[in-house]
Amino acid sequence: MPPPPTLCAEHLLFVNPNLSILPMNWLTNFVRPKIRALVSAQKEIPDNLWEKCPGCNAMLFKRELEEQFNVCRHCGAHLRLPPAKRLEMLFDDGAYDLIALPKATHDPLKFRDQKRYSERLKEAQSKTGQNDAIMVAEGLMGGKAVIIAAFNFAFMGGSMGIAVGEGLVIAAQRAVAARAPLIVIPASGGARMQEGILSLMQMPRSIIAAKSVKDAGLPYIVVFTDPTTGGVTASFAMTGDIHIAEKNAQIGFAGARVIESTIRETLPPGFQRSEYLLDHGMVDIVVTRHELRETLIRILGLLTGKAPANKNKSAAASLAGPFPHGARTLPLRRK
Amino acid sequence: MQVLEFEKPVAEMEAKIEELRHLSDDGQVNIVDEVARLQTKVEKQLRGIYGRLTPAQKVQVARHPDRPHCLDYVGAMVTDFTSLAGDRAFAEDQAMIGGLGRIAGQACVVIGQERGHDTESRVRHNFGMAKPEGYRKAQRLMHLAEHFKLPIVTFVDTAGAFPGVEAEARGQAEAIARSIEVCLSVEVPLITVVIGEGGSGGAIAIAAGDYVMMMEHSIYSVISPEGCASILWRSRDQAGEAAAALRLTAQDLLQLGVIDQIIPEPLGGAHRQPQAVYDAVSKAIAHEMGVLMSLDGKVLLERRHAKFLAMGQKGLS
Ligand SMILES: [Zn+2]
Repeated sequence: MPPPPTLCAEHLLFVNPNLSILPMNWLTNFVRPKIRALVSAQKEIPDNLWEKCPGCNAMLFKRELEEQFNVCRHCGAHLRLPPAKRLEMLFDDGAYDLIALPKATHDPLKFRDQKRYSERLKEAQSKTGQNDAIMVAEGLMGGKAVIIAAFNFAFMGGSMGIAVGEGLVIAAQRAVAARAPLIVIPASGGARMQEGILSLMQMPRSIIAAKSVKDAGLPYIVVFTDPTTGGVTASFAMTGDIHIAEKNAQIGFAGARVIESTIRETLPPGFQRSEYLLDHGMVDIVVTRHELRETLIRILGLLTGKAPANKNKSAAASLAGPFPHGARTLPLRRK
Repeated sequence: MQVLEFEKPVAEMEAKIEELRHLSDDGQVNIVDEVARLQTKVEKQLRGIYGRLTPAQKVQVARHPDRPHCLDYVGAMVTDFTSLAGDRAFAEDQAMIGGLGRIAGQACVVIGQERGHDTESRVRHNFGMAKPEGYRKAQRLMHLAEHFKLPIVTFVDTAGAFPGVEAEARGQAEAIARSIEVCLSVEVPLITVVIGEGGSGGAIAIAAGDYVMMMEHSIYSVISPEGCASILWRSRDQAGEAAAALRLTAQDLLQLGVIDQIIPEPLGGAHRQPQAVYDAVSKAIAHEMGVLMSLDGKVLLERRHAKFLAMGQKGLS
C-alpha cells in the first residue's frame, strides 16, 4: 500500500523520551487519531505501519525503519531483518541473483501436533513468500563475487530442517564451484523438531557443507544475528573461519528458559548476548548492522590477500549519516 | 529391579515364582511344574508387551535405570581398558568417558556418555550430560585415535548436553559443533552404538560416524518428547503423543535411513540379560571394525560425507 504523503508526525511524537512510560491506550486514543487528522487522505492507519522498538519502546514508522535496515534511530536497537533486505544491504548496489533451491513441500514424518506440520509450512510460505527459512544469493561485494545464505526468522523461527540443510549444501557447492567465499547469516531458534531426527541430521550435513568451503581454501564467514540458538549454533554456525556478531544478538545453545527452569540457575546480565560471547572468546568481532558490509569486505580482502576493494556504492553506504547511538566499533576490552 | 508401569503384571507373576521357589527351599513338595507353568506365562506376557511397545514405553525402557550403561559395556567387553582424562584446556568431564582398550582383540579408542547408577555416581557423571570440556575431551581422543590409526567406538546415552550457565560461558555450542566436525574429519573408522537415549546435539556430537547401530529399545531424537510436548502442545502431559510424532525409536530411524543396524535385545529389555547384550554388541562392533579397517582413510571419509549429505534428501520433492 502507498505510504502516506507527508508524514513527519512521527518525528514530533517520538523524540519525547517520556512516551515509553505512557500507557498503550494513550497511543491508540490520542496519537493515532492525531496522525489520522494529519493524513487526511488516509482513512485508517493500519497497525502494520508501525512497529514498537523492543529497545526503547518508541513506535517506529515502518517505512523509515526499513530504510534504516531495521535499526532503531532512537536507541540503535537492531530489530530482525528479513533476508531480502539483508542481501540488498550487503551486495554492491543492492543487486544480487537468487540461487534456486528445491521446493520443500515435504513432511517426512507426516508430523502433527495440535496442527499439521504441512499446514504450518503452508502458512509460513504464504506469510514470507519463501519456500523455506533460507535464501541463497550470489553477487558482488566490494567488486568480488561472494555467496550469501541468509535465514528468515519469520519462517517458523528460522528453524533448520531438510530444506535449510539443502540450502546450505547448495550455497557451499556454489561457493566452491565459483571459487567464492561463503557468508552464512543465521537467525534461527535451532533444529526444526517437526522433521524429527532428520532435522538433527542437518547438523552434520551443514557442517560438511561448510567444511567443503574451508577445505577448498575459501573463506567461510558466519554472521550471527538475533537470535541464533540450539542446533544451528551447535553446527555450521560455530565452525566459521571468522565469527562476526551483530550487536546485542542472542546467541547460545540452550534456551534461557530451559537453563532457568531445569538447572535453576540465575542468568548473569547480558547472558548469551553478542558482547558476552565476545568476552568468552566465541566470536571474533561485534559490529553494528551498518558496519557489517564494510567489515566483511575488509576481512575478505585480507583473507584472500587482494588489494583493497572499492567500497562505495552499497545501499548500506548510503545510510543517512551516523547513527545517534550504538554506531561505534566495540573497543577492545580490558579487564 | 525397577518395574515400569506396563510391566507390573509380569512383575507380580515373577514375585509369585520367587515365593514358590522360597517354599521349595523349605523342602515342600512338587512345585516344579507350577514354577515352569508360571515362567512360560511370564515369557508369553513379556513377549506380548515387548512385541508391541508404544513409542512412549520405548522411551521408558531406553531410560530404565537398570539398563546397562556405558561403563557396564566397557567393563564387560573392552579388555585392557585404560581410562584417559581431560580436555587439556579446562577440566575432566566424567559425563564423557574415554580411553584406550581392545574390543575382540582390536585396539581402539572408546568414548561414551555415562549416566551413573546411584545418587553418588549420577552426580559424579552429571547424569550423563556433558559440558564443553566433555566434548573437547572427545575431540582430543578422536584426534589421538586418528594419529595412531585406531578405530573409534562411541556409546551414546545422554538426555542431552548440559544446559547451564557455565556450559554456555565456555561455549557449549562451539564444543558440540567442533566435535561433530571432528567426527566428520578423522580418517579412521568411527562406529557408534546408541545404547539408551540419544538426546539431540549432545548425542550427534559423538555419533556422526561411518556406522551407527541402535539397541532394539533405544531412542534417538532431536528433542526429548517432554521438551517437544511442552513447546508444541504447551504441556509436558502430551509427551506420549510427542514421542509417537517424533518417530524416535530404533525401528523408525532404520526406516528413515538414519542408522545402519538394530541390535536385538533379550526378551524384556537389555537389563534382563545384560551378558547376552554385551556379547551381541561386541560381536557387531568387531564385525564392523573388520569391514571398515579394510578401507582407505580417504575413502572412509568420502563415504561418511556422502552418507550424511544424503540425509533427508528423499524428503525433498
Ligand atoms: Zn529504540
